[in-house]
Amino acid sequence: MFPAPFEYVAPSTLDQAVRLLQQYGPDARILAGGQSLIPMMRFRLANPRVLIDLNRIPGLDFLEEDRGVLRIGAMVRHRLIERAPLIRQRYPLLADTARVIADPIVRNRGTVGGSVAHADPAGDWGAALLAAKAEVVISGPRGRRISQRTIPLAEFFTGPFMTALEPGEIVTEIRVPASGPREAGAYLKIERKVGDFAVVAVGVQIALDADGVCRKAGIGLCAVGPTSLRAQEAEEWLIGKRLDESTLARAGELAAAAAQPTSDTRGPAEYKRDMVRVLTIRALRKALERIPKA
Amino acid sequence: MPARKGKRTAGAPRRAAPRKAAVAVQPAARHRIQVTVNGRPYEAEVEARTLLVYFLRDMLGLTGTHVGCDTTSCGACTILLNGEPVKSCTMFAVQADGAEILTVEGLARDGELHPLQKAFWEEHGLQCGFCTPGMLMTAYAFLNENPRPSEEEIRVALSGNLCRCTGYMNIVKAVQRAAQEMAAR
Ligand SMILES: Cc1cc2nc3c(=O)[nH]c(=O)nc-3n(C[C@H](O)[C@H](O)[C@H](O)COP(=O)(O)OP(=O)(O)OC[C@H]3O[C@@H](n4cnc5c(N)ncnc54)[C@H](O)[C@@H]3O)c2cc1C
Ligand code: FES
Ligand code: FES
Repeated sequence: MFPAPFEYVAPSTLDQAVRLLQQYGPDARILAGGQSLIPMMRFRLANPRVLIDLNRIPGLDFLEEDRGVLRIGAMVRHRLIERAPLIRQRYPLLADTARVIADPIVRNRGTVGGSVAHADPAGDWGAALLAAKAEVVISGPRGRRISQRTIPLAEFFTGPFMTALEPGEIVTEIRVPASGPREAGAYLKIERKVGDFAVVAVGVQIALDADGVCRKAGIGLCAVGPTSLRAQEAEEWLIGKRLDESTLARAGELAAAAAQPTSDTRGPAEYKRDMVRVLTIRALRKALERIPKA
Repeated sequence: MPARKGKRTAGAPRRAAPRKAAVAVQPAARHRIQVTVNGRPYEAEVEARTLLVYFLRDMLGLTGTHVGCDTTSCGACTILLNGEPVKSCTMFAVQADGAEILTVEGLARDGELHPLQKAFWEEHGLQCGFCTPGMLMTAYAFLNENPRPSEEEIRVALSGNLCRCTGYMNIVKAVQRAAQEMAAR
């Protein structure tokens, strides 16, 4: 099918993009990688009157560590995360995630910022970045100027496909605390076939102190709730403990308890809940294996 | 419609030179675009909602690029945009303004099939052929990047291209054969 007619504009600065978004209000929509929006437009599930394309704005695709933070520009494509040596070496949670999103061709276009803004509860970045304790940088109009605000990702997701974005606001950056020396993560996903959205997926990020005691834990759940979820009780359970098998098993149970799965074509709720338990344990094991021995 | 005739220089795609003319900052329903397709420059006016694949097929008459789905799932429409495989059904033609595009029509040179095309022929890498243009374009970009792939790597690289006929075995063999042929050159 063809999208309904619309007007297209490709600003070359962020300022222009924010102004345009402000000017056209709810009739306008941001276009990033287009890998969710264009299919929706083809089905006429989305019928924006004006499309504001971010692809001609230079400088929104940075990927760098800077003073204790991994900075991911909103227009960074999934593919860049998958390939970047920095990510492969220091952020296995993110490298794992990029590799299982859609298929390689979709990953060439789809962006991290677009995924986060889309706020699909079955989106993989939501769960992975919750585990990584990410923050979202939002640029928007303030009077005649453009200003930025930064909020935790957990506060950004407000419901299925709903976010804390206000009119005129654009996601410009995702910030992840830089990985420490004895820190690692993993992302595991059950999918019906390659390239499909998750039946269930779980991301974890953990850090140990010199004695092997857990000092930091993040657990994000994908496709088992109205938004991507953080398994907070499971995270708190891990802190201050040595991560032996029985500790991991309990974390799996707590994560499963935090899930709010529903039955659908991808599986019954009970199955999904149990898979949250299993994937949490496996992802924690994998992350532990990846932490260099002291 | 082809506005100017250029020299055909099909082959390894290059990054398009940065263009000075930025797209207007006023929203519009129609846009004038310039693209280079298979080494040949084109200029055309397109509706904003024209998907790149229909621009290639209906306006330029390059019907080698196929449309197999409505959901960005099948990869039959895969082309190279500045050297990277993209699904041309999930991009607007206006977004390709200034870009260099390679389609399946640009693979053969001087009437001689590209080694990948030959390998698909020899290994029986197709039956109905509907998926083949997309397979070829994805495999072409992949072999540029990874000239000595493992079977596993080939399967991952092609995982966004669906084939309803072959069961993939011969497609993988064809890519392996092409890799060997190209390495031997
Ligand atoms: C076949 C297929 C399979 C897929 N499988 C998966 C999968 O397994 N896992 C997964 O996570 N995703 C999957 N996706 C979705 C894919 O990851 C998309 O790339 C992603 O969800 C949206 O990113 P985008 O850059 O393409 O955004 P777009 O489609 O351009 O935009 C999506 C929405 O976000 C808004 N938006 C985009 N960027 C911004 C911004 N910077 N600020 C404010 N608003 C913005 C847009 O207005 C739109 O409403 C799949 C897609 C396809 C086609
Ligand atoms: S036509 Fe199926 S992915 Fe483009
Ligand atoms: S050969 Fe028929 S779809 Fe692949």
